[in-house]
Amino acid sequence: MADVELASGSAGKRHGGTKSKKNSTRVDMTPMCDVAFLLIFFFMITTTLQRQKTMKLYLPHDVKNQEEQNKVKESQALTIIMAKDNNLYYYYGIGQDAAKDPANNVIQTTYALKGGIGDVIANKWKSVIQSSGGQDSMVVIIKPTKESTYENVVGILDDMNIYEVKKYALVPASDNDVKMVNDKRAAAGLPPLTNSDQPSGSGPAQSNATK
Amino acid sequence: MPKVKIAHKSTLVDMTPMCDVAFLLLLFFMLTSKFKPQEAVKVITPTSISTTLLPESHVAMITISKDGRVFFGIDDQNQRLQLIKNISDQYKLALDGQEMKNYALASNVGMPINKLKQFLDMTPDQQRAYHQDGIPVDSATQELSQWVDYTVNINNNNPKLQFVVKADDGTKFSVIHKVLEIMKQNNHNKLDLITSLKAVPEGTPAYEKYKKAGDTPGNAAEE
Repeated sequence: MADVELASGSAGKRHGGTKSKKNSTRVDMTPMCDVAFLLIFFFMITTTLQRQKTMKLYLPHDVKNQEEQNKVKESQALTIIMAKDNNLYYYYGIGQDAAKDPANNVIQTTYALKGGIGDVIANKWKSVIQSSGGQDSMVVIIKPTKESTYENVVGILDDMNIYEVKKYALVPASDNDVKMVNDKRAAAGLPPLTNSDQPSGSGPAQSNATK
Repeated sequence: MPKVKIAHKSTLVDMTPMCDVAFLLLLFFMLTSKFKPQEAVKVITPTSISTTLLPESHVAMITISKDGRVFFGIDDQNQRLQLIKNISDQYKLALDGQEMKNYALASNVGMPINKLKQFLDMTPDQQRAYHQDGIPVDSATQELSQWVDYTVNINNNNPKLQFVVKADDGTKFSVIHKVLEIMKQNNHNKLDLITSLKAVPEGTPAYEKYKKAGDTPGNAAEE
């Protein structure tokens, strides 16, 4: 078997006299590195890197007399009513045209952009521009009911940004709106919505949020 | 027979460069980040394509939890101390220094004013565990508008002061509506709603706009 000479040398070779021991000047950095990574970990967990994103919402000033309020044409309006459980209803117009009874024209749809409310908005946009020759812009009236969630409201407000609808109003659904939706829901065998605890003053409490 | 020498290599690796990198990263994180404020409730915000950033200062946040409890807080600790002093004077709550300090330490508090003293008496740990009632938003008490009013006062009507609404996905609209009405009554018509970013859906006008601007939709640059 071959002799293996170890770096430390064998015990037999001892020099005479004192031998100054040469210590390495190198320091083991491992613990320091450990500490640094621990601190990084701590900072990553306890801090926020990004500032939060926000969406602007401009509420209208209350107008005192009716004449000062913007009148919305029946032909340029789209009304969206948000029910519970992510159900959504819409009708064209503002629901004040007696000849075109909106109760029969309430349509149910979903929050999806493709095949849902997104297509409805896009199509209405096109038809308003075509029929008025680019004179009118579409006005969307967003009517959340008592049971619609914040997610639904922000979702629709966001759709306004996605489809670049410049004029929209956020108005709580009136009892009449809820009744129309409930008729529709009863026909589909869905439980009705309640609107009893509706905040008062839904008439002038209009929130025109225009961008 | 010749002796065979086996090179004895140390298995130790020089950790100095790794340590350098670690400290560089540490420095980066320390400089770029901000401590997460201690929130009284967990709120999952809805998503939107909006890329507007929350202002860095002068922010007064109205947080609404999923079950409709309303919390209020301003971002600056000194202002919070001033705010609770004024509220305490106004409602004769007779809060002592420690209680006011407790208020200043919490980033948002949602207690009716008559229960505020009892709540601020607790230690921070107890406060965290306590189920806060939420600030009443019904028209009878006007408490939220008091908080809003005093915040405006402290800021000397600084136009930079921004009211921000942070509500949960599942919050019912009726509560949101009450808060919006209160803000409107106090003439704060420009609000920020906190949302988390989502990608702009393809084939929509907003998507086309971003594409024209040469931006990648979804990772849109800050406005």
